[in-house]
Amino acid sequence: MSNGGEQGYSAAGEVSMLKARRTLLENIWRGLKSAPPTALFGMVVILIYVFFALFAPLLAPYGEAEIFDLSYAPWSDEFMFGTDQLGRDVLSRLIYGARNTVGIAFATTVLAFLIGGSLGITAALSRGWLDDLISRSVDVLMAIPSLIFALILISMFGATATNLILIIAVLDATRVFRVTRAVSLNVVVMDYVEAARLRGEGLSWVMRREILPNILPPLIVEFGLRFCFVFLTIAALSFLGVGIQPPTADWGSMVRETAGLIQFAEYDLTAAMTPMLPAAAIALLTVAVNFVVDWFLHKTSGLKDEH
Amino acid sequence: MSTDKKGQKGDILLEMHGIVIDGYSDDRWHEIIKGVDVVLKRGEIMGLIGESGAGKSTLGLAAMGFAKPGCKINGGSIIFDGIDLIKASEDDKRKLRGSRIAYVAQSAAASFNPSHRLINQTVESAVRHGIKSESEAKADARALYRDLQLPNPDSIGDRYPHQVSGGQLQRVMTAMAMSPRPDLIIFDEPTTALDVTTQVEVLASMREIVEQYHTAAIYITHDLAVVAQMADVIKVLRYGETIEDADTRTMLANPEKEYTKSLWSVRSIEKQEEESEDIILRVDHIDASYTGSAKVLDDVSIEVPRGHTVAIVGESGSGKSTAARAITGLLPPSKGQILYNGKPLPPALKERSVDQLQKIQMIYQMADTAMNPRQTIRDIIGRPLEFYLGLKGRERDQRLLELMEMIELDESFINRLPAELSGGQKQRICIARALAANPELIICDEVTSALDQIVQKGILELLLRLQRELGLTYIFITHDIATVKAISDQIVVMLEGRVVEQGMKSEILAPPYPDYTKLLLSSVPEMDPDWLTGLLKERAQDQPPT
Repeated sequence: MSNGGEQGYSAAGEVSMLKARRTLLENIWRGLKSAPPTALFGMVVILIYVFFALFAPLLAPYGEAEIFDLSYAPWSDEFMFGTDQLGRDVLSRLIYGARNTVGIAFATTVLAFLIGGSLGITAALSRGWLDDLISRSVDVLMAIPSLIFALILISMFGATATNLILIIAVLDATRVFRVTRAVSLNVVVMDYVEAARLRGEGLSWVMRREILPNILPPLIVEFGLRFCFVFLTIAALSFLGVGIQPPTADWGSMVRETAGLIQFAEYDLTAAMTPMLPAAAIALLTVAVNFVVDWFLHKTSGLKDEH
Repeated sequence: MSTDKKGQKGDILLEMHGIVIDGYSDDRWHEIIKGVDVVLKRGEIMGLIGESGAGKSTLGLAAMGFAKPGCKINGGSIIFDGIDLIKASEDDKRKLRGSRIAYVAQSAAASFNPSHRLINQTVESAVRHGIKSESEAKADARALYRDLQLPNPDSIGDRYPHQVSGGQLQRVMTAMAMSPRPDLIIFDEPTTALDVTTQVEVLASMREIVEQYHTAAIYITHDLAVVAQMADVIKVLRYGETIEDADTRTMLANPEKEYTKSLWSVRSIEKQEEESEDIILRVDHIDASYTGSAKVLDDVSIEVPRGHTVAIVGESGSGKSTAARAITGLLPPSKGQILYNGKPLPPALKERSVDQLQKIQMIYQMADTAMNPRQTIRDIIGRPLEFYLGLKGRERDQRLLELMEMIELDESFINRLPAELSGGQKQRICIARALAANPELIICDEVTSALDQIVQKGILELLLRLQRELGLTYIFITHDIATVKAISDQIVVMLEGRVVEQGMKSEILAPPYPDYTKLLLSSVPEMDPDWLTGLLKERAQDQPPT
């Protein structure tokens, strides 16, 4: 009874402020409906890439490293985009390339986030000497130009796919660390984090349950951007010949292998287009990811459209 | 003087009729203000009171012809001194704002540009509107600083916002609003963020300056005692509608509507104090400091009797919250010890056992930041049940429902997120989270100061009932004497990190007082329109000007 005033107050006064509860599916559907065309385009492109990456063996007309007795064949019905210098079908290699290039970039980004993300939250939570130690080490790593550093490390350890993933992940984790630490610093000062520590919760519970859910939106955006950079770094390394090694199909090395064809533009325009195809595949995915990230950033930034 | 140019006192200055304002939330438009009328005469102060969400600020801004982003004025008329603000172009309205209508916001600290000197910000709008030259405006600003009783009025304007205190900043903001000599000032909760002792000074200087220049004002607040000091007429708002309109004395003496009466009677709870010898927690001569800085706690000793409430009072910076941090182990004391049930508690949080942690729970001032916004109520209350008591599944849910019943909330709340609750409901959830641990001692850090008065009353009554039923011990940190009267058995008065006075409620709240306790007690506004005038007179007599 004593509480009647407040109950009445909250029921009527606050009801308009309550968000209607929706299921996750409804929320996703509503989000998609309000997405701008650029974001939808980006999502469709990403889905197509994922589809090709998953079903590459079924979709490619020939094998990844299947060699025909016909190098630099022109575009034809048999070889849609011709063949490369060893007589391998360019279309098939493009499709397998989605699997290798995108797959390795994705794995690298995930690893970078595991390393950088957990170190970032730990540093923000503990502050003091641990924070200083990690932050300064990261500064040192970041002071060295990353592509050159990656080249040195790869030539030291050898250009295997595992080394590639590990080296680039560690180098990119430095950027992830900085972002995670910065956004976590705003969350660790919240009373609910203190409440969890007062309760006696362990470090990992506080990190996973109290902090992570509250810094997720900026991290997802960073994931998209970081993926693009990793993807471009791998492509660049492959183009330089130290990335993904033959005979594994990969867009960066495909550009290098067929780059010479560009000189023949005045005789056979289609042949000259061949090196453009993997380059375009790289560019298109980068643009698509950025479109989606832009939309997500706008949605989660809290900026309301004025009515 | 200014009245000659701008019309006579008593003329109607602002007329708002049938104001309807819509707000956009959750993909729909809602009516926030539902047809409210305001008539304000020159030189008159109108108090606008109501709970949060009543539409006070929205209505106040509408008096400038302004609607916040996400709101729109959807009907009615606003006539300011013959100018129709609904039809006026943005350009015309801009000319009025900051020259003839001024606005004083709640948080002065957030409203000043940190990288400009105060005086440049004070004179900006008067100079920009071409009312005065810069040198005239600056000379005038210094005069205003003097009128507002700011220290060093000639040089304080050369400081930056972070170099003055919150109360001083709020007064500088009033000077800024007064600088172009507006006809109307809108004060939006200007003293809510201040300590009681500072509040009195700010209120007195604001009232004086408004009277001196015959400025009309709309004073928005949820604190009735404050409005009683300031306003000539009072308007009570609820859910965007006018509940009652009357002049201040009439309304205080005979409120007509039930709702108004309920607002008036809020400060009426008072706990019967009880003495006890059974000490559960003894803080024994502790010192504490944040690394490298001066002592924040200096030889603090507090005794907390079992099943009773000790209120720690003092203004901000007095060390109240630091004392709580020392007790919880967040800030280990550098000297002295803390005894719980006669046994010393390890000073640092990490060294305490789960059992020791379970016994002492904490409730925070800001329920918003005390709950993880991404967890549902079920997770928030359920976690201590799992963590301390090892309850799982059905058992846990069963206990969860019992706790919800204890805090008088419906079980349908358990699947909600904190953002879907009102301020009072959030604080109840925080209480339930503390109760879930089956604690013996709960530290309440300003738990009601962010809430409206009616909601405060509900929370205080809930805490009192829980204490009776469960035998809980509270340490209640607050700066509000009404809250102290309502809940405490014993009082500890703190000032600058030291305990100034300590004893039973009846002893502390009765003369003779030490100076500081007296200052603190006398600064709490009372529901009497002559209180401020009387207080200022009394203080002037006590301290003849030197």
